[in-house]
Amino acid sequence: MPITENKLWRRHTPAGSLIRWVGWLLAVALLVQCWDILNENTIWDFVYDAPAQAADLIGRMFPPRWSVLPSLWSPLWDTINMATLGTLLGVLLGTPVAFLAARNTTPSAAFIRPLALTVIVSSRSINALIWALLLVTVLGPGVLAGIVAIGLRSIGFVGKLLYEAIEEVDNKQVEAIEATGATGPQRLIYAIVPQIMPAFAGIVVYRWDINIRESAVLGLVGAGGIGLQLNASVSRLAWPEVTVIFAAILVTVFISEWVSAQVRQRII
Amino acid sequence: MLTIAGLTKRYAGKHAANSDLALDNVDLVVPKGQLMALIGPSGAGKSTLIRCVNRLVEPSAGRVVLDGSEVTGIGGGALRRARRRMGMIFQEYALVERLTVMENVLSGRLGYVGFWASWARRFPAADIAEAFRLLDRVGLLGLADKRADELSGGQRQRVGICRALIQNPGLLLVDEPTASLDPKTSRQIMRLLVELCAERDLAAIVNIHDVALAQMFVPRIVGLRAGRVVFDGAPDALTPDMLTTIYGEEDWSATIRPVDDDSGDDDA
Repeated sequence: MPITENKLWRRHTPAGSLIRWVGWLLAVALLVQCWDILNENTIWDFVYDAPAQAADLIGRMFPPRWSVLPSLWSPLWDTINMATLGTLLGVLLGTPVAFLAARNTTPSAAFIRPLALTVIVSSRSINALIWALLLVTVLGPGVLAGIVAIGLRSIGFVGKLLYEAIEEVDNKQVEAIEATGATGPQRLIYAIVPQIMPAFAGIVVYRWDINIRESAVLGLVGAGGIGLQLNASVSRLAWPEVTVIFAAILVTVFISEWVSAQVRQRII
Repeated sequence: MLTIAGLTKRYAGKHAANSDLALDNVDLVVPKGQLMALIGPSGAGKSTLIRCVNRLVEPSAGRVVLDGSEVTGIGGGALRRARRRMGMIFQEYALVERLTVMENVLSGRLGYVGFWASWARRFPAADIAEAFRLLDRVGLLGLADKRADELSGGQRQRVGICRALIQNPGLLLVDEPTASLDPKTSRQIMRLLVELCAERDLAAIVNIHDVALAQMFVPRIVGLRAGRVVFDGAPDALTPDMLTTIYGEEDWSATIRPVDDDSGDDDA
């Protein structure tokens, strides 16, 4: 049948347009409401004063007291070790969890998968700083609490990203290995592990990179490393030392960022 | 060799009424050493049929008997031992892309090797010798340590053939071996398959889209339409009328024109 009149075409149906319009309206209303609450809870005199305060603080931070630098090497090394060992712990525990959580490798989608997902979610929902706060109470202050805190936080990160990678593998390769008469575990190591290796390496170095940054602040709650030093200096209002500590953290993070970029580039 | 009786596969649809009947009461006997082509339109059930034979797809009803022993209804170790005697070759090669050629070939022995030995890639010396012999036979001896994703399509399919043959099977299940290859490579691969089956007295079921290619190489052709066997005979018996029965109305004069063989160039 020939088309005799010009047909109208619109991206959304009239009902769809209305829903979108109401959605935008609600979003704007929410924004206005939030601003209102923020306004009520802010003492604006302090805010107007902020530039002067900031200038004053920066003034007190300079010149940096570089003489403290030699005493920072040891806590800095602690921080790096805390991040590395914590990452190792997270990877060791997170990898099996990922295989239990992935739809295509879980032994039981009804029981074990939800359990593994719960482990992942609970690990992810609690910040490393909170983990450290709890663990310092349990294990006492020091590097061990930091390592365990970093490890517990990393389980969820590694578990989530890795199980997504496992679910995205090419199933034809798995079928081909299955067709040879291979057992389930053999299918895992021959068809799935080779496919997720680049993702795995990327995830591990990325998490290590994040953990370096996180472990630098864990000392604030007593979990050892450079953060402890930072806390001490801030408490004594020794701002020129704080500047040096900031610089040390910055350089460390730069280096870890560079290392992780290199590793990812090599492997993928 | 292989007896298929009353094989039926019904894929579960959203409603019981329109669930999809992929195979409808198929009876087939493939004697030892016979090469059989399975032709038919897309969705006729060719792939489902050979996947029901090695139980990558679970049949809804019917029996598959290989060398006198039942393949349907078994599980676990018995199924894996049955699969060892059936080599499968795939349309898109289904090699494990990030493993080497040698690892891919040796993965055909996974059904015979324990978990830790296969994990450490410590295959019996006889398996390794056989792998080299097979690679030499298909002309890929120099590529043993190349990664699978570095190979061309024709080379990958040769590796796929080696992986199936090292299982020392009695039956090959070949799913569209040439659909991803250019016409010349397609012929070379088909010729290689025919030769290898003759050398080792292997039975084979070859799913193939290319009717002319099937007629050129295979002594028995089975036509499948909507899950039923509608033709079973020699290539010569495949008349235009018969092709209309299998595929539907079309001008078939060009398709069954005899194709001259370009033997002598095996260099892809």
